[in-house]
Amino acid sequence: MASLEMSRSPPRSRRDLEVRSTRQDKYSVLLPTYNERENLPLIVWLLVKSFSESGINYEIIIIDDGSPDGTRDVAEQLEKIYGSDRILLRPREKKLGLGTAYIHGMKHATGNYIIIMDADLSHHPKFIPEFIRKQKEGNFDIVSGTRYKGNGGVYGWDLKRKIIRLYRKEVLEKLIEKCVSKGYVFQMEMIVRARQLNYTIGEVPISFVDRVYGESKLGGNEIVSFLRGLLTLFATT
Amino acid sequence: MLPLVGGRRLNLVRFSFLLLRGALLSFLAVTMTKLAQWLWGLAILGSTWAALTTGALGLELPLSCQEVLWPLPAYLLVSAGCYALGTVGYRVATFHDCEDAARELQSQIQEARADLARRGLRF
Repeated sequence: MASLEMSRSPPRSRRDLEVRSTRQDKYSVLLPTYNERENLPLIVWLLVKSFSESGINYEIIIIDDGSPDGTRDVAEQLEKIYGSDRILLRPREKKLGLGTAYIHGMKHATGNYIIIMDADLSHHPKFIPEFIRKQKEGNFDIVSGTRYKGNGGVYGWDLKRKIIRLYRKEVLEKLIEKCVSKGYVFQMEMIVRARQLNYTIGEVPISFVDRVYGESKLGGNEIVSFLRGLLTLFATT
Repeated sequence: MLPLVGGRRLNLVRFSFLLLRGALLSFLAVTMTKLAQWLWGLAILGSTWAALTTGALGLELPLSCQEVLWPLPAYLLVSAGCYALGTVGYRVATFHDCEDAARELQSQIQEARADLARRGLRF
Protein backbone atom coordinates (compact mmCIF):
# COMPACT_ATOMS: atom_id res chain seq x y z
CA MET A 1 0.00 0.00 0.00
CA ALA A 2 2.75 2.48 0.95
CA SER A 3 4.80 1.92 -2.20
CA LEU A 4 1.72 2.39 -4.37
CA GLU A 5 0.94 5.71 -2.74
CA MET A 6 4.46 7.09 -3.00
CA SER A 7 4.42 6.88 -6.78
CA ARG A 8 1.32 9.10 -7.04
CA SER A 9 1.04 12.89 -6.98
CA PRO A 10 -1.33 14.57 -4.51
CA PRO A 11 -5.06 14.53 -5.42
CA ARG A 12 -6.11 17.59 -7.39
CA SER A 13 -9.85 17.61 -6.90
CA ARG A 14 -12.72 16.09 -5.00
CA ARG A 15 -13.36 13.76 -7.91
CA ASP A 16 -9.74 12.72 -7.74
CA LEU A 17 -10.11 12.00 -4.05
CA GLU A 18 -13.26 9.96 -4.69
CA VAL A 19 -11.63 7.83 -7.36
CA ARG A 20 -8.55 7.07 -5.31
CA SER A 21 -10.42 6.54 -2.06
CA THR A 22 -13.06 4.16 -3.34
CA ARG A 23 -10.55 2.02 -5.13
CA GLN A 24 -8.90 0.51 -2.10
CA ASP A 25 -9.19 2.54 1.11
CA LYS A 26 -11.73 2.02 3.82
CA TYR A 27 -12.10 4.31 6.82
CA SER A 28 -13.29 2.93 10.15
CA VAL A 29 -14.68 5.49 12.58
CA LEU A 30 -14.41 4.46 16.22
CA LEU A 31 -17.11 6.03 18.39
CA PRO A 32 -16.84 5.16 22.07
CA THR A 33 -20.08 6.26 23.71
CA TYR A 34 -21.40 6.68 27.20
CA ASN A 35 -24.81 8.29 27.67
CA GLU A 36 -24.97 9.79 24.20
CA ARG A 37 -28.58 8.98 23.40
CA GLU A 38 -29.32 12.47 22.08
CA ASN A 39 -26.10 13.01 20.15
CA LEU A 40 -25.52 9.60 18.61
CA PRO A 41 -28.19 9.75 15.86
CA LEU A 42 -27.01 13.22 14.90
CA ILE A 43 -23.34 12.35 14.71
CA VAL A 44 -24.07 9.20 12.70
CA TRP A 45 -26.31 11.15 10.30
CA LEU A 46 -23.58 13.76 9.78
CA LEU A 47 -20.93 11.07 9.27
CA VAL A 48 -23.04 9.22 6.72
CA LYS A 49 -23.73 12.51 4.93
CA SER A 50 -20.04 13.51 4.75
CA PHE A 51 -18.83 10.11 3.60
CA SER A 52 -21.59 9.55 1.04
CA GLU A 53 -21.19 13.01 -0.48
CA SER A 54 -17.47 12.40 -0.96
CA GLY A 55 -17.86 8.83 -2.16
CA ILE A 56 -15.64 7.43 0.58
CA ASN A 57 -15.84 3.83 1.72
CA TYR A 58 -16.50 3.75 5.47
CA GLU A 59 -17.83 1.97 8.51
CA ILE A 60 -18.85 3.34 11.91
CA ILE A 61 -18.06 1.22 14.97
CA ILE A 62 -20.08 2.17 18.04
CA ILE A 63 -18.56 0.99 21.31
CA ASP A 64 -21.10 1.60 24.01
CA ASP A 65 -20.06 0.96 27.61
CA GLY A 66 -23.41 -0.12 29.01
CA SER A 67 -25.01 3.35 28.98
CA PRO A 68 -28.02 3.53 31.30
CA ASP A 69 -29.85 6.11 29.14
CA GLY A 70 -30.64 3.77 26.25
CA THR A 71 -27.80 4.71 23.88
CA ARG A 72 -27.58 1.08 22.81
CA ASP A 73 -31.24 1.06 21.78
CA VAL A 74 -30.73 4.09 19.57
CA ALA A 75 -27.60 2.49 18.11
CA GLU A 76 -29.60 -0.62 17.18
CA GLN A 77 -32.18 1.52 15.40
CA LEU A 78 -29.42 3.26 13.45
CA GLU A 79 -28.03 -0.12 12.47
CA LYS A 80 -31.42 -1.05 11.02
CA ILE A 81 -31.66 2.22 9.12
CA TYR A 82 -28.16 2.32 7.61
CA GLY A 83 -27.29 -1.37 7.47
CA SER A 84 -24.98 -3.54 9.54
CA ASP A 85 -22.19 -3.21 6.98
CA ARG A 86 -22.01 0.50 7.74
CA ILE A 87 -22.94 0.61 11.42
CA LEU A 88 -21.19 -1.95 13.60
CA LEU A 89 -22.33 -2.35 17.16
CA ARG A 90 -19.64 -3.66 19.48
CA PRO A 91 -20.86 -2.81 22.98
CA ARG A 92 -19.37 -3.68 26.35
CA GLU A 93 -21.02 -4.43 29.66
CA LYS A 94 -19.73 -1.51 31.69
CA LYS A 95 -17.48 1.54 31.60
CA LEU A 96 -14.00 0.24 30.91
CA GLY A 97 -12.16 3.32 29.69
CA LEU A 98 -11.18 5.00 26.46
CA GLY A 99 -7.99 3.09 25.66
CA THR A 100 -9.62 -0.31 25.96
CA ALA A 101 -12.57 0.99 23.92
CA TYR A 102 -10.19 1.78 21.07
CA ILE A 103 -8.50 -1.61 21.30
CA HIS A 104 -11.88 -3.33 21.33
CA GLY A 105 -13.08 -1.28 18.36
CA MET A 106 -9.94 -1.89 16.35
CA LYS A 107 -10.30 -5.64 16.66
CA HIS A 108 -13.52 -5.34 14.64
CA ALA A 109 -12.37 -2.68 12.19
CA THR A 110 -12.05 -3.79 8.58
CA GLY A 111 -10.72 -0.48 7.28
CA ASN A 112 -7.08 0.35 6.66
CA TYR A 113 -7.48 3.78 8.27
CA ILE A 114 -8.97 4.51 11.68
CA ILE A 115 -10.66 7.76 12.67
CA ILE A 116 -11.03 8.51 16.34
CA MET A 117 -13.45 11.19 17.44
CA ASP A 118 -15.89 12.11 20.20
CA ALA A 119 -19.54 11.19 19.91
CA ASP A 120 -20.74 14.51 21.29
CA LEU A 121 -21.23 17.17 18.64
CA SER A 122 -17.98 19.02 19.29
CA HIS A 123 -16.35 17.42 16.22
CA HIS A 124 -18.15 18.00 12.96
CA PRO A 125 -17.73 15.13 10.48
CA LYS A 126 -17.58 17.60 7.58
CA PHE A 127 -13.84 17.87 8.31
CA ILE A 128 -13.18 14.19 7.72
CA PRO A 129 -12.82 14.46 3.91
CA GLU A 130 -10.30 17.26 4.68
CA PHE A 131 -8.37 14.87 6.90
CA ILE A 132 -8.36 12.25 4.19
CA ARG A 133 -7.18 14.74 1.58
CA LYS A 134 -4.44 15.99 3.89
CA GLN A 135 -3.29 12.46 4.62
CA LYS A 136 -3.02 11.63 0.92
CA GLU A 137 -1.29 14.92 0.19
CA GLY A 138 1.56 14.37 2.62
CA ASN A 139 1.39 10.61 2.97
CA PHE A 140 1.06 11.15 6.70
CA ASP A 141 0.83 8.41 9.28
CA ILE A 142 -1.39 10.54 11.51
CA VAL A 143 -3.56 13.58 10.82
CA SER A 144 -4.76 15.58 13.80
CA GLY A 145 -7.34 18.34 14.07
CA THR A 146 -6.22 21.65 15.55
CA ARG A 147 -8.18 24.61 16.87
CA TYR A 148 -5.16 26.89 16.94
CA LYS A 149 -4.03 27.15 13.34
CA GLY A 150 -5.50 28.40 10.10
CA ASN A 151 -9.20 29.06 10.38
CA GLY A 152 -9.64 26.69 13.30
CA GLY A 153 -11.41 28.02 16.35
CA VAL A 154 -14.03 27.53 19.00
CA TYR A 155 -17.62 28.63 19.55
CA GLY A 156 -18.39 28.99 23.22
CA TRP A 157 -15.96 28.35 26.04
CA ASP A 158 -15.30 24.75 25.21
CA LEU A 159 -11.54 24.75 25.58
CA LYS A 160 -11.43 21.24 26.95
CA ARG A 161 -9.37 18.50 25.41
CA LYS A 162 -11.09 17.39 22.25
CA ILE A 163 -9.22 15.19 19.88
CA ILE A 164 -10.11 14.07 16.41
CA ARG A 165 -7.47 12.11 14.52
CA LEU A 166 -6.99 9.92 11.51
CA TYR A 167 -4.47 7.08 11.84
CA ARG A 168 -3.18 4.38 9.60
CA LYS A 169 -4.43 1.21 11.20
CA GLU A 170 -1.01 -0.32 11.78
CA VAL A 171 0.29 2.93 13.27
CA LEU A 172 -2.56 3.08 15.80
CA GLU A 173 -2.02 -0.55 16.75
CA LYS A 174 1.66 0.07 17.38
CA LEU A 175 1.00 3.23 19.42
CA ILE A 176 -1.66 1.67 21.63
CA GLU A 177 0.73 -1.13 22.39
CA LYS A 178 3.36 1.37 23.56
CA CYS A 179 1.17 3.71 25.60
CA VAL A 180 0.83 3.25 29.32
CA SER A 181 -1.33 6.13 30.56
CA LYS A 182 -4.98 5.98 31.44
CA GLY A 183 -7.86 8.22 30.45
CA TYR A 184 -7.32 11.40 28.50
CA VAL A 185 -3.58 11.62 29.11
CA PHE A 186 -3.37 8.56 26.92
CA GLN A 187 -4.34 10.66 23.88
CA MET A 188 -1.49 13.09 24.57
CA GLU A 189 0.90 10.22 25.12
CA MET A 190 0.04 8.79 21.70
CA ILE A 191 1.38 11.87 19.96
CA VAL A 192 4.54 11.87 22.08
CA ARG A 193 5.19 8.21 21.24
CA ALA A 194 4.40 8.86 17.59
CA ARG A 195 7.08 11.56 17.51
CA GLN A 196 9.57 9.24 19.16
CA LEU A 197 8.85 6.54 16.60
CA ASN A 198 9.29 9.11 13.81
CA TYR A 199 5.79 8.86 12.45
CA THR A 200 4.73 11.77 10.23
CA ILE A 201 1.94 13.94 11.59
CA GLY A 202 -0.20 16.38 9.63
CA GLU A 203 -2.67 18.96 10.92
CA VAL A 204 -6.03 20.21 9.69
CA PRO A 205 -7.72 23.33 11.18
CA ILE A 206 -11.12 22.54 12.63
CA SER A 207 -13.81 24.44 14.48
CA PHE A 208 -15.35 23.22 17.71
CA VAL A 209 -18.84 24.04 18.84
CA ASP A 210 -19.85 23.83 22.49
CA ARG A 211 -21.90 20.84 23.56
CA VAL A 212 -25.49 20.91 22.47
CA TYR A 213 -27.02 18.15 24.58
CA GLY A 214 -26.11 16.23 27.68
CA GLU A 215 -23.60 16.57 30.45
CA SER A 216 -19.91 16.63 29.70
CA LYS A 217 -17.97 13.78 31.22
CA LEU A 218 -15.00 16.02 31.86
CA GLY A 219 -15.74 17.68 35.20
CA GLY A 220 -13.88 20.52 36.89
CA ASN A 221 -10.14 20.40 37.64
CA GLU A 222 -9.56 20.34 33.91
CA ILE A 223 -6.45 22.48 34.12
CA VAL A 224 -5.05 20.59 37.10
CA SER A 225 -5.43 17.19 35.54
CA PHE A 226 -4.06 18.44 32.24
CA LEU A 227 -0.94 19.79 33.94
CA ARG A 228 -0.52 16.59 35.93
CA GLY A 229 -0.78 14.58 32.73
CA LEU A 230 1.73 16.83 31.01
CA LEU A 231 4.22 16.53 33.88
CA THR A 232 3.78 12.77 33.98
CA LEU A 233 4.59 12.54 30.29
CA PHE A 234 7.56 14.88 30.78
CA ALA A 235 8.98 12.63 33.47
CA THR A 236 8.33 9.29 31.79
CA THR A 237 8.99 9.69 28.07
CA MET B 1 56.23 17.07 21.78
CA LEU B 2 55.89 20.51 23.32
CA PRO B 3 56.23 20.64 27.09
CA LEU B 4 52.84 20.87 28.82
CA VAL B 5 53.34 24.06 30.71
CA GLY B 6 50.78 26.22 32.49
CA GLY B 7 48.42 27.52 29.79
CA ARG B 8 48.74 24.57 27.45
CA ARG B 9 48.00 22.04 30.16
CA LEU B 10 44.93 24.01 31.16
CA ASN B 11 43.75 24.07 27.53
CA LEU B 12 44.23 20.32 27.24
CA VAL B 13 42.24 19.74 30.40
CA ARG B 14 39.44 21.98 29.23
CA PHE B 15 39.36 20.40 25.81
CA SER B 16 39.19 16.83 27.13
CA PHE B 17 36.51 17.83 29.59
CA LEU B 18 34.35 19.30 26.84
CA LEU B 19 34.92 16.36 24.52
CA LEU B 20 34.00 13.80 27.14
CA ARG B 21 31.01 15.82 28.21
CA GLY B 22 29.78 16.03 24.61
CA ALA B 23 30.12 12.29 24.08
CA LEU B 24 28.37 11.42 27.30
CA LEU B 25 25.54 13.83 26.58
CA SER B 26 24.93 12.52 23.07
CA PHE B 27 24.68 9.00 24.40
CA LEU B 28 22.41 9.93 27.26
CA ALA B 29 20.16 12.17 25.17
CA VAL B 30 19.07 9.15 23.22
CA THR B 31 18.10 7.11 26.25
CA MET B 32 16.92 9.69 28.79
CA THR B 33 13.46 11.03 29.57
CA LYS B 34 12.75 14.68 28.80
CA LEU B 35 12.90 15.52 32.51
CA ALA B 36 16.31 13.90 32.85
CA GLN B 37 17.57 15.76 29.77
CA TRP B 38 16.42 19.09 31.18
CA LEU B 39 17.97 18.38 34.59
CA TRP B 40 21.25 17.44 32.96
CA GLY B 41 21.19 20.53 30.76
CA LEU B 42 20.47 22.79 33.71
CA ALA B 43 23.17 21.11 35.82
CA ILE B 44 25.76 21.59 33.12
CA LEU B 45 24.83 25.19 32.38
CA GLY B 46 24.62 25.95 36.09
CA SER B 47 27.98 24.45 36.88
CA THR B 48 29.56 26.27 33.94
CA TRP B 49 28.10 29.58 35.15
CA ALA B 50 29.21 28.90 38.73
CA ALA B 51 32.70 27.95 37.60
CA LEU B 52 33.03 31.10 35.53
CA THR B 53 31.66 33.52 38.11
CA THR B 54 33.73 32.14 41.00
CA GLY B 55 36.90 32.01 38.93
CA ALA B 56 37.39 28.30 39.65
CA LEU B 57 38.73 27.64 36.16
CA GLY B 58 41.39 30.27 36.63
CA LEU B 59 40.14 32.43 33.76
CA GLU B 60 40.56 36.18 33.85
CA LEU B 61 37.44 37.55 32.18
CA PRO B 62 37.22 41.25 31.43
CA LEU B 63 35.07 43.18 33.91
CA SER B 64 32.28 43.88 31.39
CA CYS B 65 31.88 40.14 30.77
CA GLN B 66 31.71 39.42 34.47
CA GLU B 67 29.11 42.13 34.99
CA VAL B 68 26.85 40.54 32.36
CA LEU B 69 27.47 36.96 33.41
CA TRP B 70 26.63 37.31 37.09
CA PRO B 71 22.92 38.27 36.78
CA LEU B 72 22.39 36.19 33.62
CA PRO B 73 20.33 33.32 35.15
CA ALA B 74 17.90 35.72 36.82
CA TYR B 75 17.62 37.73 33.64
CA LEU B 76 16.93 34.62 31.55
CA LEU B 77 14.29 33.42 34.01
CA VAL B 78 12.41 36.70 33.93
CA SER B 79 12.61 36.86 30.13
CA ALA B 80 11.27 33.32 29.82
CA GLY B 81 8.37 34.20 32.12
CA CYS B 82 7.53 37.32 30.10
CA TYR B 83 7.69 35.41 26.85
CA ALA B 84 5.39 32.69 28.19
CA LEU B 85 2.80 35.17 29.47
CA GLY B 86 3.01 37.22 26.30
CA THR B 87 2.47 34.21 24.06
CA VAL B 88 -0.51 32.97 26.07
CA GLY B 89 -2.06 36.45 26.10
CA TYR B 90 -1.58 36.90 22.37
CA ARG B 91 -3.03 33.48 21.54
CA VAL B 92 -6.07 34.02 23.74
CA ALA B 93 -6.69 37.42 22.17
CA THR B 94 -6.43 36.13 18.61
CA PHE B 95 -8.34 32.88 19.14
CA HIS B 96 -10.96 32.46 16.41
CA ASP B 97 -14.62 32.55 17.37
CA CYS B 98 -16.70 30.35 15.05
CA GLU B 99 -20.23 31.68 15.02
CA ASP B 100 -20.93 30.42 11.50
CA ALA B 101 -20.03 26.91 12.53
CA ALA B 102 -22.47 27.06 15.42
CA ARG B 103 -25.31 28.27 13.23
CA GLU B 104 -24.57 25.71 10.55
CA LEU B 105 -24.58 22.96 13.15
CA GLN B 106 -27.96 24.03 14.52
CA SER B 107 -29.60 23.96 11.11
CA GLN B 108 -28.06 20.60 10.32
CA ILE B 109 -29.38 19.19 13.58
CA GLN B 110 -32.92 20.17 12.49
CA GLU B 111 -32.37 18.56 9.13
CA ALA B 112 -30.96 15.41 10.71
CA ARG B 113 -33.84 14.99 13.14
CA ALA B 114 -36.40 15.38 10.35
CA ASP B 115 -34.62 12.94 8.07
CA LEU B 116 -34.12 10.33 10.77
CA ALA B 117 -37.74 10.58 11.91
CA ARG B 118 -38.80 9.90 8.32
CA ARG B 119 -36.61 6.83 8.26
CA GLY B 120 -38.25 5.47 11.37
CA LEU B 121 -36.03 6.52 14.24
CA ARG B 122 -37.86 6.90 17.55
CA PHE B 123 -35.98 9.55 19.53
